[in-house]
Amino acid sequence: MITSIRGQNLLSLDELTRDAIVEVLDTAEAFVEVNRRTIKKVPALRGRVVASIFFEESTRTRLSFETAAKRLSADVLSLAVASSSMKKGESLRDTIGTVDALGIDAVVMRHRSSGAALQVSRYVPHVRVINGGDGLHQHPTQGLLDAFTIRQCLAERRGVVGTETGAELFAGLRVLIVGDIRHSRVARSDIAAYVALGAAVRVAAPATLLPEFVEQWPVEVVTDFDEAIEWADVVALLRLQRERGSGSFVPTLGEFTTTYGLSVGRARRLRPEAIIMHPGPMNRGVEIDSLVADSPAAVIGRQVENGVPVRMAVLYLSIAGADEERAS
Amino acid sequence: MDVSSLRDARLRDPTFVPRSQLLSADDVARALRRMAHEVIEHVRDVDQVVVVGLQTGGVDFARRLADGLTEITGRAVRWGSLDVAFYRDDLARNPAPIPATTRIDHDLTNQTVVIVDDVLFTGRTVRAALNALTDWGRPRVVQLAVIVDRGHRELPIRPDYVGKNLPTSLDEAIVATLAGVWIGTKGRA
Amino acid sequence: MNIVLRQGLVVADGSAQVTDVLVVEGKIVEVAPGIEAPHGTRELDVRDCWVGPGLVDLHAHLREPGREEAETVASGARAAALGGYTAIVAMPNTEPALDTVALVSYVLERGARTPLDVCVAGAITQGRRGELLAPMAEMAAVGVRLFTDDGVGVQDPSLMRRALTYARPLGVRLAQHAEDERLADGGSMNEGPLSSRLGLVGRPALAEELMVLRDLELVALTGGSMHFLHLSTARSVALVVAARRAGLAVTCEVAPHHLTLDEGACASFDPQFKVHPPLRTSADVVALRTALVAGDVDAVATDHAPHAPEQKDLPFDEAAAGMLGLEHAASLVFEALGATDASAQRFFEVLSRGPARIAQLRHDDVRIRHTGHGGAVAAGEDANLVVFDPGVTWVVDRHQLASRATNTPYEGRTLRGRVRATIAKGRLVVDDGVLT
Repeated sequence: MITSIRGQNLLSLDELTRDAIVEVLDTAEAFVEVNRRTIKKVPALRGRVVASIFFEESTRTRLSFETAAKRLSADVLSLAVASSSMKKGESLRDTIGTVDALGIDAVVMRHRSSGAALQVSRYVPHVRVINGGDGLHQHPTQGLLDAFTIRQCLAERRGVVGTETGAELFAGLRVLIVGDIRHSRVARSDIAAYVALGAAVRVAAPATLLPEFVEQWPVEVVTDFDEAIEWADVVALLRLQRERGSGSFVPTLGEFTTTYGLSVGRARRLRPEAIIMHPGPMNRGVEIDSLVADSPAAVIGRQVENGVPVRMAVLYLSIAGADEERAS
Repeated sequence: MDVSSLRDARLRDPTFVPRSQLLSADDVARALRRMAHEVIEHVRDVDQVVVVGLQTGGVDFARRLADGLTEITGRAVRWGSLDVAFYRDDLARNPAPIPATTRIDHDLTNQTVVIVDDVLFTGRTVRAALNALTDWGRPRVVQLAVIVDRGHRELPIRPDYVGKNLPTSLDEAIVATLAGVWIGTKGRA
Repeated sequence: MNIVLRQGLVVADGSAQVTDVLVVEGKIVEVAPGIEAPHGTRELDVRDCWVGPGLVDLHAHLREPGREEAETVASGARAAALGGYTAIVAMPNTEPALDTVALVSYVLERGARTPLDVCVAGAITQGRRGELLAPMAEMAAVGVRLFTDDGVGVQDPSLMRRALTYARPLGVRLAQHAEDERLADGGSMNEGPLSSRLGLVGRPALAEELMVLRDLELVALTGGSMHFLHLSTARSVALVVAARRAGLAVTCEVAPHHLTLDEGACASFDPQFKVHPPLRTSADVVALRTALVAGDVDAVATDHAPHAPEQKDLPFDEAAAGMLGLEHAASLVFEALGATDASAQRFFEVLSRGPARIAQLRHDDVRIRHTGHGGAVAAGEDANLVVFDPGVTWVVDRHQLASRATNTPYEGRTLRGRVRATIAKGRLVVDDGVLT
């Protein structure tokens, strides 16, 4: 287990201890303040080079990471997938090797294959690797920003500062994750974070969209969304890939919405203080009703906003923390 | 030696091994009062003053100094805190610290900023603070107040207000809090 | 060349004793203590070593024609010789597939230039596409005794039924890669809690077991015979064992990696551990070892699957499946059997005698162009012998392997027991662990 990501790669939340996660959340609080300044930039990573390589397109995550790197004054090398030589059949190793040859301190990468970030970390052991999403495996910064958003909301309600609460606010917190758990790297990272922080996690999905062997996950499986909805302090929805809803995993998108969509009716039965989350991009009208998505209980915009300070914290700890070993 | 206040001092740095106490809590309070008077002598308009304590050692002193200024002048003197972690030039040699809170609620343009820190040593923290302050505007004047100046400057930085000058050797360590000032050594963690 | 092996533990069929073996002009001429060898005979002191019939591999992907950058018949034969093999069966999933006499002959001719006996397994279906039967009778006439679409199994049950029926009078055996590809779902590791956590699509054990079940029923229906390739689950082996007891003409092999590695290795996402069928649970490994020791497994076959780095060094789900086997199989089987002298009989049974029977390579089989393998180590037999030293350890170094490829999952692993000498067709081709 990793007890601090200082100077470390961030590949999976499965391997982080509670302390390591809390350290990121606490550091991110400082960057929230930076992002509120008129001049939203600090020189912490000045002269450092962060490569952003997205083998699978994601405008949102990529923008969030690159904004984070730039606000830390790092130089950003952005490899555009469409124009890259991956299209010409270049291997992952060669692509990373080429970018590494330009002189980089860290690489933020997304890839359609599970484990690709771990493999890259073996190709360039001297470079810090931040996993921006690998296949169905992990999306660690999403898990961290989701945990950060929950802590921020709960701390505000209690009128306390997040950094003073550590993981306290997660003790006994009831989180219900709904939708396509099976194909979701976000679910895998969220669950790892919430469980490490002390929350109780339930998952609700059509049985075909639950992962195989979900009974060995540290979660409780709920077969009826309607029953679980009054239980939850937090309801986290997941994006349903439209192709999964075309007959192979659920009969129709409509049936999925009927059985597992967060409709206005279901949202009404939520606890009054419940928080609604979605990692985006949303399929309005599929997993979440538009009215619910725009309701005050939904913190979806805040999740996006928190992406930048949390990713700043990850980059700062991972890269600046690396100098510790280098210096000694 | 005041044991409870020593515990307070060690909280700041658990590896600190004190040899002797140089200033008592009363000495520190007196020094701060004197410094407040000196500030008033130097600045024309306390309404233009913003006291900024450097995280983490300078924040308590900054609040106390601002309180002192308020008490003497009857004007509410503004104060804030600044963490310079992101601005340090020695990030490459020291572990990345967990940043503490920065809270500066005012545009500093045309203000008189008094930076407050506990111990002035190499001057690198102050240099980082000067850099950081430019992100909040362009102050008219920036001044520096420290509780202890222990010498060994590595940069051309000079304090405007000093609680006490304490010549030290490089292997000594100083801890300064509202509870007092101690000299000792930094144990190896 | 005359060779005398001095004071080895000669493992004959059913007995073992310390004695000498004299090889003269390709034949074993005497097995006795203190043989007086003719002048000029090469003397090998093989004290503390096992001497037995040369190993026979039922399952080697030699990649020629089509993938010569990964392996050739020549380089594969060198790797095999170092691994103690005197005969190997080349798998037909080449490019193009070995589905005609011309293509089979091409590989046989390449094989004839090596010191070993290189046999060929022909494809069951044309182009291994699983649609139309390949000309099995023509290939059988040039000596092909095993047919398989290995790489994938024959998925269509009707076609498999027809193949079994057609092959029955030819005196050949079908060999099935038992995996239902639909159920395996393009997966890249064993389906289980680990694949679920790693976000890798799993190949369930049932994909293999279901195909074994189906084919056992088809064998019963047709009266054909079948060899099950690289069985990897406890239940697959149990199914075949039960069917054999019930009188069906079925045999099975397991691969060394399924005896020595489990799915846990995939947690590193290192594609060296990707193979089809996948590495299974540790319980499966234990069950396979138990079956091996108990004599329920007819053969250990390597599934030697060389891949060039550009095929293997890829993200786990994109990487080619398969791993090298020929050069470390004997050591791994020795380990799986418990690494004692008591296991010598089983060792030669599963690595030589069993596979030689399945491939019809025994001395008394009617064969073309090949010498006899898997015999009793007795005077009059063809001199295909291996000297295995159970007392040494060695560390696998992928750059020291004779194979053209380097995709071993055992890199850096310390193995016990090693092939010291290989005598193929009377020639000393490996001496003291190196090719002569």
